Amino acid sequence: MNGAEALLKTLEAHGVTTIFGHPGGTIMPVYDALYDSPIQHILVRHEQGGGHAAEGWARVTGGLGVCMATSGPGATNLVTALADAMMDSLPILAITGNVARPLIGTDAFQEADITGITMPITKHNFLVRHADDVSKTVAEAIRIALSGRPGPVLVDLPKDVQLELTTAPIVGPIPRPAALIPSDSSIEIALGMLRNAKQPVLMVGGGASDAAPAVLEFAHKTGIPVITTLMGLGNFPASDPQWLGMPGMHGSVAANRAITNSDVLIGLGMRFDDRVTGKTSRFAQNAKIIHIDIDTAEHSKLIPAFCAIHGDATETLTRLTASLEPMDLTDWWVKLTDWQARQPNRPAWGAAAAIQMISSQLSGDTIVVSDVGQHQMLTAQLHPFEQPRKWVNSGGAGTMGFALPAALGASLATKQMVVAIAGDGSSQMTIQELATLRKYDIPVKFAIINNGYLGMVRQWQEMFHAKRYSEVYLEDSNPDFPILASAYRIPGFAASTPDELETCIKEWLAVDGPAVLEVRVPQESNVFPMVPAGKGLDEMLDDDPKLEAKELVTA
Amino acid sequence: MKHIFSAFLRDEPRVLTRVTSLFARRGYNIDSLSVGATEQRGISRMTFIADAPAEMANQIQRQLEKLEDVIRVVNHAVEKFVDRELVLLKVKITPETRLEVRMIAEDFRARNVDVGSQSYVFEVTGDEGKITAFIEQMRPFGIIETMRTGRVALSRGSNADIASQVYEGSSSALEHPLAGMAAD
Repeated sequence: MNGAEALLKTLEAHGVTTIFGHPGGTIMPVYDALYDSPIQHILVRHEQGGGHAAEGWARVTGGLGVCMATSGPGATNLVTALADAMMDSLPILAITGNVARPLIGTDAFQEADITGITMPITKHNFLVRHADDVSKTVAEAIRIALSGRPGPVLVDLPKDVQLELTTAPIVGPIPRPAALIPSDSSIEIALGMLRNAKQPVLMVGGGASDAAPAVLEFAHKTGIPVITTLMGLGNFPASDPQWLGMPGMHGSVAANRAITNSDVLIGLGMRFDDRVTGKTSRFAQNAKIIHIDIDTAEHSKLIPAFCAIHGDATETLTRLTASLEPMDLTDWWVKLTDWQARQPNRPAWGAAAAIQMISSQLSGDTIVVSDVGQHQMLTAQLHPFEQPRKWVNSGGAGTMGFALPAALGASLATKQMVVAIAGDGSSQMTIQELATLRKYDIPVKFAIINNGYLGMVRQWQEMFHAKRYSEVYLEDSNPDFPILASAYRIPGFAASTPDELETCIKEWLAVDGPAVLEVRVPQESNVFPMVPAGKGLDEMLDDDPKLEAKELVTA
Repeated sequence: MKHIFSAFLRDEPRVLTRVTSLFARRGYNIDSLSVGATEQRGISRMTFIADAPAEMANQIQRQLEKLEDVIRVVNHAVEKFVDRELVLLKVKITPETRLEVRMIAEDFRARNVDVGSQSYVFEVTGDEGKITAFIEQMRPFGIIETMRTGRVALSRGSNADIASQVYEGSSSALEHPLAGMAAD
């Protein structure tokens, strides 16, 4: 057995069924071994797409996503996806080829110091120097990717290591330690705080994606309202009356008002990102913070935690629920209910209306993927996520081009139809992956909300740069998306009015296999509510000032 | 405030780069850093000093401990450690200054490790204050070059009774800070 075969055997032993990758010179021994392997390889058209596809896979399954690339430019093309996975704590194994050992450090053809390059954007990385080390290193890499706070791990394999023979045993999954039990003392402090709380709120992030039942139980027993961050959407059902929505820059009125007025705020599996907090000095000024996280480095990193709990989300919440009695929060809910009723006015036709029409055709368990921009915030605001791991987006990194490849990964992982929503700008960053949809007939329904602009940048220029629209206009040079889709032999649809869209959506979703839908929407609509950058959550603009002037109908 | 830390590192390729890259990326201000092998195979020990408020010192420790090759980081509490620094200093001498230079060096218990016709090289060990004072005393004679090792530190064994404060979680300051931790 050579190093390449040891790699694939180890992946098999870990239950890996699919690798997203693109071949090249220094990874060829692995591709040769793949020829005889039961592992399915999905040939993407750009390594970045392979990385995002692995992310989509990891996000919807909670398990490991695997991507692979050759050395040099192949490896550097993975960088964006690895940075994205690091930010959103997704367990990814990236395998890269490298030049043969004697050539390392000589500026050889297609050589790049990928372990050096990815050091700050991976949880850990390895350069394997002997075929005997391949299996144990890959097993260790997978253990690291999945343990504690998950993250991407890269394993770099020089070509001659892939070819070198080895008799080292194949290492199976390394047992994971039991879920971390929080300390009794930290639980006692939190209980004391909660028992005296008059206006408590629970804010749930992506780290609680496997704790949704415990969140529901805690909320229903105590009566405490629940906010879900961008990464936490679906970890508490949107249909539940105790849900206040998403916090932060484009959060709901209810969520941001609740944070500002809370006296005890529990952060669960979330990291107080600047898009959530706004200006930190104005964040939850009246609240004492209980911060539950598996990563102690997040405690008091940005927002001082009065009570820091180091523990597994479910284990911690279960303990809190067991010791708490139903709370009398009647006065608090009077205020909360009032805020919940405050929804922004939106134009009768535009990106928001289009996304709402698409959303209304989907069942609660449909996986929805978004790209990055206005459409992302609108989807997060408008689509009612009912279950965890049904929402896939690039939260921390904000990677344009994420949606299409992530959606194909999510679809292959679940063998289900996946709806992806992108903009005319973001979709073009990875649009070559339409070929991957076609090649494997992956049922991704790809919606492109086309306003002819880089809409979110345009919105900021309108609001903060005196309408000096610098380099955001795309309309004059955008492709005709349905024609582009048909060039890839994928059915394409287009709609410019609500009526056209009504008809189109049904046909688009009914296609057997991939399908593209372009929705042409007015250019000037913006995303509200909005907390302007650098402002506090209490300084939120509830509505688009333009709309009040025009007296447009609420969508 | 100055915080002095000991970090125990696995002797893996690039471990020092991982640590210093983290310092740079997160904007931690490091005054000095010194690293060397320990009595245990495969484990290096690093002493470093950071000028940071208490909250940031805590962040430095937690962020470092997230690195796979960092086994443990100890933030030494004030007055519960001993620290030393070594300096090599090459100073000009003339027939007129030779004697005075040697007398000052004796006051500092500096060892003369190289005797040249126009220069001496001294080796001095001590805490930061002593080293700085020695350099200042030598300056008027004409320092040719110096090299400082940076401070290294160990917790005081005489503080065994308050061991739990010296090494959080460790049973005694008479034990190695990694005692009881899994070998790997």
